[in-house]
Amino acid sequence: MTERKTSALPVQVQMLSKHFGTVRAVEDVSFDIRAGELLTLLGPSGSGKTTLLMMIAGFSRPTRGSIRIADQEIVHLPPHKRNIGMVFQNYALFPHMTVGENVAYPLRLRRFGRSEIEDRTRRALDMVQLGGYGARRINELSGGQRQRIALARAIVFEPRILLMDEPLSALDKHLREAMQIEIRQLHDRLGMTTISVTHDQREALTMSDRIAVFSSGRLAQIGAPAELYEKPESRFIAEFIGESTFLPLRHTPAGPAYGEQVIHFADEVKPAAGEMLLMLRPERLRLVPANGTAGGGKDANVFTGQVQTIVFQGESLLFEVMLDGGHKVSVRMANRSENLRQLPQAGDRVALKLERADARVVRAEG
Amino acid sequence: MANVSTFPAPGPIGQAEFEANRRALERDRRAETRMRINLTLPALLVVFVLMACPILWLLSLSVVAGDGRLSLENYALFFSEQVYVEMFLKTFMIAFVVTVICVFLGYPVAYLLAILPPAWSGVLMLAVLVPFWTSGLVRTFSWLIILQRNGIVNKSLVWLGVIDKPISLVHNMTGTVIGMVHIMVPFLILPLYASMKAIDGNLMRAGANLGSSPTHAFFRIFLPLSMPGLVAGMIMVFVMCLGFYITPAILGGGKIKMIAQRIEESISLYPTWGPAAALAVLLLLMTAVCLFVSLKLVRWLAAGR
Repeated sequence: MTERKTSALPVQVQMLSKHFGTVRAVEDVSFDIRAGELLTLLGPSGSGKTTLLMMIAGFSRPTRGSIRIADQEIVHLPPHKRNIGMVFQNYALFPHMTVGENVAYPLRLRRFGRSEIEDRTRRALDMVQLGGYGARRINELSGGQRQRIALARAIVFEPRILLMDEPLSALDKHLREAMQIEIRQLHDRLGMTTISVTHDQREALTMSDRIAVFSSGRLAQIGAPAELYEKPESRFIAEFIGESTFLPLRHTPAGPAYGEQVIHFADEVKPAAGEMLLMLRPERLRLVPANGTAGGGKDANVFTGQVQTIVFQGESLLFEVMLDGGHKVSVRMANRSENLRQLPQAGDRVALKLERADARVVRAEG
Repeated sequence: MANVSTFPAPGPIGQAEFEANRRALERDRRAETRMRINLTLPALLVVFVLMACPILWLLSLSVVAGDGRLSLENYALFFSEQVYVEMFLKTFMIAFVVTVICVFLGYPVAYLLAILPPAWSGVLMLAVLVPFWTSGLVRTFSWLIILQRNGIVNKSLVWLGVIDKPISLVHNMTGTVIGMVHIMVPFLILPLYASMKAIDGNLMRAGANLGSSPTHAFFRIFLPLSMPGLVAGMIMVFVMCLGFYITPAILGGGKIKMIAQRIEESISLYPTWGPAAALAVLLLLMTAVCLFVSLKLVRWLAAGR
């Protein structure tokens, strides 16, 4: 492993399924991973994301489907012949070996020369900023250090692709956030095609080039972080990535409406089968005085309601507002002095303003 | 938020109050220490009366000669007769052979127990435990019947054409070792199984991911990590084998003499307890040495992890 970028390979997953008896853990999943991309598989527990990763690594046999790395079918290969690096959830470092022996393990198996092994091991340890830790015992390391060693061991033999199974879940919040940035930087330097699994949406947003969101064994949506956040296709995605509350919409001749109020959208909304919802991101709603003349015409949608609770959350204040239509929505307000001057109190009537550009429709299901 | 309590806020703590608290906390600490000693005392007493006293008594019996004087002649008796030394060697040899056979029979069973799905490993565990719970005497006599000249093993082997005429499987070393292995194997399996169960399954996966074939991963990862459990089981089997009495007495047919049998013989042979006590003390000492060496070994192995 050198500082130069290794030749990155594309990965193709097609119609991949895994059934455990009658349980469909993964069902007909297809997606492409571009060469050198960092793709995150995101989903709640039981959504099939880990099973999918295990199938790519070779620890779980698919019921059907295809996995190809750079046009080579690997679905029949046993794990030890796949040449894929993996960071395990609990790191799976060999406790009976030193740090150096752990990192050198894949190199010894590949029959590198002694000096080559020493050289590569040292460079891998330097790369994860643990140079000089080669003689340490695994049980002498902290969680964050173990995580780095697991990473070093997974990339030292220049595998074709890199897999990470919840790589940061065992670390505390502060360290996790630092490691997210660090892994992203390391990925950019190595340029290795990487697939990471997580249930932490923030981790996915921070690290990924693209995110594939899974729900009940199926791929719900795949896209760049901003795309998933700004244009979720369904309520599931909108709830899983970021916060949001929803208002039911009905079709009227004048367009989709909440109750009697026709909603103005940036893009034209095509009437679709199934229930449609208006997605409201708490930070995209603005609180304005109820009696003000802030009615936005065609550039904004204004809802009226009553403040129920106000929660102080440090950098922001979270308002729960009961709309006159009978739906509760959340509104986030940055904790800035200009916002605090005329702060509404619980019980006050307020109006909520949603810019036309921020109005999004999502499917209620799927 | 409404006020929950209507009490006024407490005033600052005075020096006297602070000092009183300190003394009370110190008193509590001493009372707790006293209580701990009082609660442990009965158990310590039981251990002393039932364990330390008999051993000390045994020790004292072993240094009393036939005429009632204090001497080491009982120990001298042991070293002067070649047959005693041979018998000690034979005991250790049998214990060693039984331990080795137990390792080869028990390791695969423990491995299966550790990797099978819970339902299957439960059945297998029962197969290990049911004989374990059955009386050793019953099992020893069963082996006598199974292994005798006209027993099921000989008949089957003759019928299969493996042998022409029945071979002697019992009343000798073979029978003794078979019977002892049967009794001792669970003592190897259980600690080994516990240590295998503690091995993280992801380690073998990591081995495979990094390029190890299943066989290579077993020898480089699983075997070294199961070593502490294996050594613990081996110590258990070896030490318990040293004191075996019933099985060699029945299945050895008088030809196989282990220390425990010789101790029993000395009691009927000599008018005093001295020689038997000396043998028992020697056995105890050698067992202790074995244990000490093995524990050092385990610690050394564990330190290598």
